[in-house]
Amino acid sequence: MANNELTNGSLKSYAQLLHSKQISSLELTQAFLQRINQYNPSINAFIALDEDKTLAQARAADARIAIGSAAPLTGIPIAQKDIFCAKGWPTTCGSRMLANFVAPYDAHVISQFDAAGAVNLGKTNMDEFAMGSSNETSYFGGVKNPWSYDRVPGGSSGGSAAAVAARLCAAATGTDTGGSIRQPASLCGFTGLKPTYGVVSRFGMIAFASSLDQAGPMAKSAEDCALMMNVMAGFDERDSTSLDRAKEDYCRDLAKPLAGLKIGLPKEFFAEGLSAEVGQVIENAITEYKKLGAEIVNISLPNTGLSIPVYYVLAPAEASSNLSRYDGVRYGHRAAEYTDLMDMYSKSRAEGFGDEVKRRILIGTYVLSAGYYDAYYLKAQQIRRLIAQDFVEAFKQCDVIMGPAAPSTAFKAGEKVDDPVAMYLQDIYTISTNLAGLPGMSVPAGFAPNQDGPVLPVGLQIIGNYFDEARMLNVAHQYQKVTDWHSLAPNLPEGKA
Amino acid sequence: MEWEVVIGLETHTQLQTVSKIFSGASVKYGAEPNTQACEVSLALPGVLPVLNKQAVHCAIKFGLAINAEIAPRSVFARKNYFYPDLPKGYQISQFELPVVGKGTITIQVPAAGKQAAYEKVVNITRAHLEEDAGKSVHGAVEGMSGIDLNRAGTPLLEIVTEPDMRSAAEAVAYAKKLHELVQWIGICDGNMQEGSFRCDVNVSVRPKGSDKLGTRREIKNLNSFKFMTQAIEYEARWQIETLEDGGKIQQATVLFNPETGETRAMRSKEEANDYRYFPDPDLLPLVITEQDKAHVQADMPELPAAMKARLEAKFGLSSYDASSLTASRELADYFMVAVDAGAEPKQTANWVMGSLSAKLNSEDKYLSSSPISAQQLAQLLKRISDATISNNAAKQVFEAMWLGEGEVDSIIAAKGLKQESDNGAIEAIIDEVLAANAAMVDEFKAGKEKAFNALVGQAMKASKGKANPAQVNDILKKKLQA
Repeated sequence: MANNELTNGSLKSYAQLLHSKQISSLELTQAFLQRINQYNPSINAFIALDEDKTLAQARAADARIAIGSAAPLTGIPIAQKDIFCAKGWPTTCGSRMLANFVAPYDAHVISQFDAAGAVNLGKTNMDEFAMGSSNETSYFGGVKNPWSYDRVPGGSSGGSAAAVAARLCAAATGTDTGGSIRQPASLCGFTGLKPTYGVVSRFGMIAFASSLDQAGPMAKSAEDCALMMNVMAGFDERDSTSLDRAKEDYCRDLAKPLAGLKIGLPKEFFAEGLSAEVGQVIENAITEYKKLGAEIVNISLPNTGLSIPVYYVLAPAEASSNLSRYDGVRYGHRAAEYTDLMDMYSKSRAEGFGDEVKRRILIGTYVLSAGYYDAYYLKAQQIRRLIAQDFVEAFKQCDVIMGPAAPSTAFKAGEKVDDPVAMYLQDIYTISTNLAGLPGMSVPAGFAPNQDGPVLPVGLQIIGNYFDEARMLNVAHQYQKVTDWHSLAPNLPEGKA
Repeated sequence: MEWEVVIGLETHTQLQTVSKIFSGASVKYGAEPNTQACEVSLALPGVLPVLNKQAVHCAIKFGLAINAEIAPRSVFARKNYFYPDLPKGYQISQFELPVVGKGTITIQVPAAGKQAAYEKVVNITRAHLEEDAGKSVHGAVEGMSGIDLNRAGTPLLEIVTEPDMRSAAEAVAYAKKLHELVQWIGICDGNMQEGSFRCDVNVSVRPKGSDKLGTRREIKNLNSFKFMTQAIEYEARWQIETLEDGGKIQQATVLFNPETGETRAMRSKEEANDYRYFPDPDLLPLVITEQDKAHVQADMPELPAAMKARLEAKFGLSSYDASSLTASRELADYFMVAVDAGAEPKQTANWVMGSLSAKLNSEDKYLSSSPISAQQLAQLLKRISDATISNNAAKQVFEAMWLGEGEVDSIIAAKGLKQESDNGAIEAIIDEVLAANAAMVDEFKAGKEKAFNALVGQAMKASKGKANPAQVNDILKKKLQA
């Protein structure tokens, strides 16, 4: 089998090949490592690779398969966002602050993959501390969108996104605080799911905004996402916000027909700000769903417009406190020279953090300050409840909500770096679900032409009710059975020979 | 002008749990630096807090003990500030919604000078759960400050009073009462040297009669009752003098220097931190149900006040005696063990608070290290009751036991302290005494009552103190009236 074909497979196909011993995990892993060696130098999706560790895991997986105790993901190479602590791996969160940090323990997500026998291919690039929508805030440099190298892959899970799109991994993990799985999934043309808050443990996942952060799968299809969810989801007593629910099989409803499905289309998601080309792709997708027997319901999420301002009060507030631990005292970056304690703090943090992180620490510190707390933080919390209430009302009328995942296709690198507000608007359709704690996903729905460049992927967002991931995956899977947008991969420019 | 001192206390009590409040790391005191600092104590990237149920149990217990409102829903908040021994850059505490609300503690203020002893009710504003910080270690590493995070994350219950106290004596009486109570209910070991019980004292002064509070200064981290008295007295005097000299008091945090006996400002309010409290998104609100409370109630020992009432009713002890005996769990237990072993309750109370306490005090010993156990004391008191020895002889036996000379009966035998209770023998002695002191007999018969006592004394002397005094009295009376 040609390398290209092999790296383009589904998780199910890999499992079949591995279990029937047509291929070993070592071979599969080496195929991906070879592809990484070829393309990563230009794409910059991975920021930590360790062939010895990776291949040792592949060999262990082969041994497990040999004795017949393999799980569905045993032996399959997965890329891990560098936000997850993985024992013995550098874990930087895309920051100079943690450039020298090697995690001494495993995040829950990492240990879940280890227990499943999956192979850790390496750690992927990301916006610094997950703050960004283009991967341009990473200390380790930007990531190229595999569909067009002059474009950003989206963010913050930009490295995982590019790795999945460029077929540098079988699947990847991401995290989503305001859209960091779904917006890059839309911009890079693959399937990404942000689960209900509390479904995947945050233990060992470096915190950006604790009440919004949620890990999820980034993969080639809804079915692959379901298989990933079966590994990632589950109660973990080490995370107090982890929900103690019975283990689910996220594949269970994939095959259900969609006849009678009620799809809500919020008018606020199709208003000003949405590019016409993206809007057209979404409309086409809705048409496809009608053909599958779905009914369309027009709904309203009246507080959508408040989601970005609310988010940019709450997320920075939590971040300003979460990032206080990076003080140069116990680990992480410490300035080489300083005169006293205060000087050590300020120099270490000034050098260790990038501009966007500093901007959010400043905003967060400001909104929590005495005299401003009520006007900003408390007010934002109140509006957050209104936003969640909008969804409660909406789900009385429909089963799932659909709309665009991002307002435009991938933009050019450098285009929005100096305009934070324009950058923040990238998450206009995704943020409200984080604020409400709801699950959301982005599914490839087609391509949009650009006036100034190539056609680029567009993602359809599917928002479900709490714990409705299995239904969302079903809704996406049925669409993927009748369309092939999700299986299209970019033609990469010639990489390293 | 006459001044009134106004005092409120904030006490940090370290809760007796096995592990830290938000992680499984041990809280044992005195380990090598940083050997009890797990990922959570070190605040590594990605770690999360998980609330220790035992700490919550302790908080509920305290709430029940002071008859307080226990919040059905309380919230953990982050108190943000940078300090090297604060690994996360914030302390997890409770701010707006504490676990324990308003309650009361009744204190006994001892007599002093012309002032008789009195009781007073101190109002508790709140008590909240929080984590302790680590320690900065100076001098361990040449030219650097070290950080020991063993203590980081140790569970604390911070207990805050209303500004209800009006003197150092009241403040200390409250602190002592609280100290006894938290040990009594088993939530704190009370070890002040190791920092298990630390008091911050807010002191202000105002003209007597004024109902407006003066500006307060907070004396931090007092770890002995002696220092607390000194610090408050110095601070109050300093504030009064400052005001009388036309000065103003600035709100400040002060430290007490035991060497000089003075308080000195650490930082003024201008330099104080804005802690940017907000609810910790890593922790869910703490929900306490009626069932949880009932569960803790079932685990609750009899409280001092209830036990005091029981001692008065059951054993006829005076209010003062009962209150003294229930001043500490140890003392109460000691008393009860002695009584259960057969000692007469009132007599036991007298001995425990008399000879035993005096001896412990004079040798600066705790009851727990008393050389005389409650069973031994009971044995001694039984020998008084059954007339084997006199009260005076019992004191000698007590001294001997204190020195470890053996058990009650063997000491009585060895020292020949057994009381003479044989009527015949006593009669013989009295006959001799009467014969030898004919003049006294005449005086008595002439109406001098005092002569009787002198004759008793002579008889006791003749018996070398061994004669049963009651018998001596009886026989002597009969003989003189014959």
